Amino acid sequence: MNPLLVLGFSFGYLVLLFGVAYAAERRVAARRSLVSNPYVYALSMAVYCTAWTYYGSVGRAAHFGLEFVGIYLGPTLMAPLAWLVLRKIIRICRAQRLTSIADFISARYGKSAGLGALVTGVCVLGVVPYIALQIKAIAASFDILTRVPGLSEQPMEDAAAVGSAFYTTVALAFFTIVFGVRSVEATERHEGMVLAVAMESLLKLVAFLAAGLFVTYGLFDGFADVFARAAALPELSRLFTLEGAGTTSGQWFTLLLLSMSAILLLPRQFQVAVVENVNEDHLRKAMWLFPLYLIIINLLVLPLAFGGRLLDAGGLLDADLYVLALPLRAGHPWLALFIYLGGLSAASSMIIVETIALSVMMSHHLLMPLLVRLTAPRAAGPRWFARLGQATLHSRRLAVVLVLLLAFGYYAAVGHLLPLVNIGLISFAAVAQFVPVVLGGLYWKGGTRAGATAGLLAGFAVWFYTLVLPTMAGPGLVPASVLSQGPWGLSALRPGALLGLEGLDALSHGLFWSWLLNVGLYLGLSLRQQPSALEQRQARLFVDVFRLEAGFEESAGWHSAAPLPDVRALLVGFLGKKRTNQALRAFEEHFPPPPVRVPSDPAAVPPPADPRLLAYAEKLLAGTVGPASARLLLRSSVGVEDISFDNVVGILRESQQLLEANRQLQKQQRQLQGLTGQLQQAYDQLRELDQHKDEFLYTVTHELRTPLTSIRALSEILTDNPDLDEPDRQRFLLTITRESERLSRLITLVLDLEKYESGRATLDKAALDVADVVTDALEAVGQLLRDKRIQLDLAVPPGLPALPGDRDRLMQVLVNLLSNAVKSCRSDGTGRIGVGVEAGPAGLRLWVQDNGKGIAPEFHQLIFDKFFQARHQTMRKPEGSGLGLAITKKIVELHAGRIWVESQPEQGARFSLELPFFA
Amino acid sequence: MEPPHILIVDDEPNIVMSLEFLMRKAGYRVSIARNGTEALEAVDQTAFDVVILDIMMPDVDGYQVCRHLRQRPDRAGSRVIFLSAKSREADIEKGYEAGADLYVPKPFSTRQLMQQVQQLLPPSA
Repeated sequence: MNPLLVLGFSFGYLVLLFGVAYAAERRVAARRSLVSNPYVYALSMAVYCTAWTYYGSVGRAAHFGLEFVGIYLGPTLMAPLAWLVLRKIIRICRAQRLTSIADFISARYGKSAGLGALVTGVCVLGVVPYIALQIKAIAASFDILTRVPGLSEQPMEDAAAVGSAFYTTVALAFFTIVFGVRSVEATERHEGMVLAVAMESLLKLVAFLAAGLFVTYGLFDGFADVFARAAALPELSRLFTLEGAGTTSGQWFTLLLLSMSAILLLPRQFQVAVVENVNEDHLRKAMWLFPLYLIIINLLVLPLAFGGRLLDAGGLLDADLYVLALPLRAGHPWLALFIYLGGLSAASSMIIVETIALSVMMSHHLLMPLLVRLTAPRAAGPRWFARLGQATLHSRRLAVVLVLLLAFGYYAAVGHLLPLVNIGLISFAAVAQFVPVVLGGLYWKGGTRAGATAGLLAGFAVWFYTLVLPTMAGPGLVPASVLSQGPWGLSALRPGALLGLEGLDALSHGLFWSWLLNVGLYLGLSLRQQPSALEQRQARLFVDVFRLEAGFEESAGWHSAAPLPDVRALLVGFLGKKRTNQALRAFEEHFPPPPVRVPSDPAAVPPPADPRLLAYAEKLLAGTVGPASARLLLRSSVGVEDISFDNVVGILRESQQLLEANRQLQKQQRQLQGLTGQLQQAYDQLRELDQHKDEFLYTVTHELRTPLTSIRALSEILTDNPDLDEPDRQRFLLTITRESERLSRLITLVLDLEKYESGRATLDKAALDVADVVTDALEAVGQLLRDKRIQLDLAVPPGLPALPGDRDRLMQVLVNLLSNAVKSCRSDGTGRIGVGVEAGPAGLRLWVQDNGKGIAPEFHQLIFDKFFQARHQTMRKPEGSGLGLAITKKIVELHAGRIWVESQPEQGARFSLELPFFA
Repeated sequence: MEPPHILIVDDEPNIVMSLEFLMRKAGYRVSIARNGTEALEAVDQTAFDVVILDIMMPDVDGYQVCRHLRQRPDRAGSRVIFLSAKSREADIEKGYEAGADLYVPKPFSTRQLMQQVQQLLPPSA
């Protein structure tokens, strides 16, 4: 096809991407995000499938059969684990505002700047060739599409291809800067970029399926036909089996491990899965959507590979480009163009995301520290710090250009010399070096900075020696003898067989040794020394992230005033002594401090830093290490190596004390609630008692008024009528006397009852002859009985056992019951009263029975209440004081006995009481 | 012209005694009921000029007697005085609601009571 046409379409496509990203950003501004859903999230994860997948899978399948599946099987197997591991990483990064794998590792191990730089270095060295591979894919696909058919079937990177690759790279750099590096805030999401990537994922899927279906159904008669014809050829049929193409189970295992590491830790995967994650819950759907994507895109790889091998029996075509070459050869240039755009999608999305991720890392961990150190001596005043924010942005843009330039340079210069075939897997192996420190950091609190650094360094060195060095032998950068005999003839150091370990393929061999040293040093050094206070604190923040409450970080930060020397030390560590002093002085000019003792006095208590100073320091540090790391550094109040242990332990203890205090407060609150309930109950009881008391008082006064009324009326009559008849006069005076007596009796009863009710009454106990008491009581009421002509039936057997009791009180009880009985009896001579005593095993039973008017059953309990009629006032007025039975009951209860009544209206009543021998 | 006829209703004999003495001394005719039942019978038979009513009685209470009286149109001329030891606001209100002309709490002043009875009687008396 015409190169200009292809170029036009390429750039048209990129412009379309711009449009999509721009629209997404506009939607974000309007708060109607297109990106905040699990589908876009899963599709953006598919940035995993690069041009290497798009073109390379077919190529690998054509030569090694099913082996290509390995790197997709890993992520698929990883999916269920993602909920555990990835969610935890997302949570941590959100809480600590981490924006890259380098941030993550450096923050975990004591916020080590050196470790961050190391991780960044590994990423850049490991991943830039991978980006170069994408550029090469773009160039190669452009090349095959624009070449005049029939000239030469072998690909050759001519100037046009390199040029198109260069322009594409420049366009991508532009896109990345516009949509990826827009603000200083690295934690901000790039929704436009994410949506563009998701769309590219969709396009590459459709385009690849189109290619596959075209070959399967357009050039062959479906799957069965392709496979049947492939099976007929012995060199192809061996590709059907898992190990047929020479892929050992060890290799399979290595592929799984590498791809599982890659899906988690590749900078671009970390970017889309962690940094760009909008909602943890999206992970649930993405967990199966993403593997589904991988399965679908791989369905047609084998038919394409076999189809290519079958149609290109001469081996003239590059198997890596079957996807494009087959439709072209079949005379479908437009289909090929579409497929080319799919490949462009795969490559460009990878380049964009990877570049953003690397640029943030490079800016935070390489460029900014460098920039700060270089410019600090020449910095003039606070304005310089204001410029640092801009510098961060520029440094990130610079990093984008740098990364792409490196990649393009690598492609243009080294790419010709080095075979790029295995770059993808070697890149995976580099990233796999992070696995021990990341997993250890997530689940083990014992890991230290020293261990992590040593492990990473060793792993990376071995990776380079065993995996990268051999690839350099081909182009002659390294003498071949190093590979075959080892450096300086030491065969134990042969890169392909360290210490004589043979029989493994290069990748497994390299991964084995690098991980062995990596894990060994990480664990060994970590166990050898106690983690520092800061490391312990960070370990807790990471490992226990699900247990820490969301607001936890905030409370431990600015509120606890860090000692000024610590903050100073922190700033000195990053800015240098001179700059720190300048900055602190500038701060003091703005906010004059209270008089502070000179810090050089060693005995002085360190003055606490102003919280505003902490905020100021955060801004200062943001320019150096990025806002997330700066905030983290200040959160723990100091981040330098000579951190005061007491300080961090203090913060920890304070937060624990806060937690404890909070727990205590909650407990106290519960107790208070309980107490309130009890108080309410007590109050209700008191009110009821109060009400009872009121009614009691009311009834008492009412009862007192009756005799009082007679007394007053009669006295007034006596006064007003001095000429009264003598008999009337006598009658009135006698009545006054009687009513006075009634009044005092009533008062005595009320006081008695009050004594019993308050529990102040005591018994004067002695062994009593109950028969004797009954006789005395009958004597006391004898006159009443005679007045009403009542017949008395006595049933008191002789020889009753003695009963311990208070004689006077029991007399009172019997007299009261007897006079009640008398009152209820008629006075026409038919009245009968029975009195009896009976000895039981445990005590005596006494009863007083009458044949009077009786008591209705509903009152059998109530009559024992004092003034029980107080609550039934309109019903009937009791005879007597209304206190007698209440007092009687109290006395019986004081003797540990009980009293009850059996009666029916008009059929008399029988009051019984039981008094125990042993109370 | 016959002297005014007074009914005294109370279950306390001593109070009845003093009231009876006072009324007779003032020249009124006096009838006595010792409980609510007797009072109902008495008001049914006779149109008293004044009924002096206790409230708390063993069988039928004073409120009931008063209401009964007020239901009879032929007893519209009867004046009712409650004479009770129940002295709460609520009790007094209830008494007036039942149709009393006067509520006098016990213990009472004999002189005042006699004046009040006098005032309740028609001027002709």
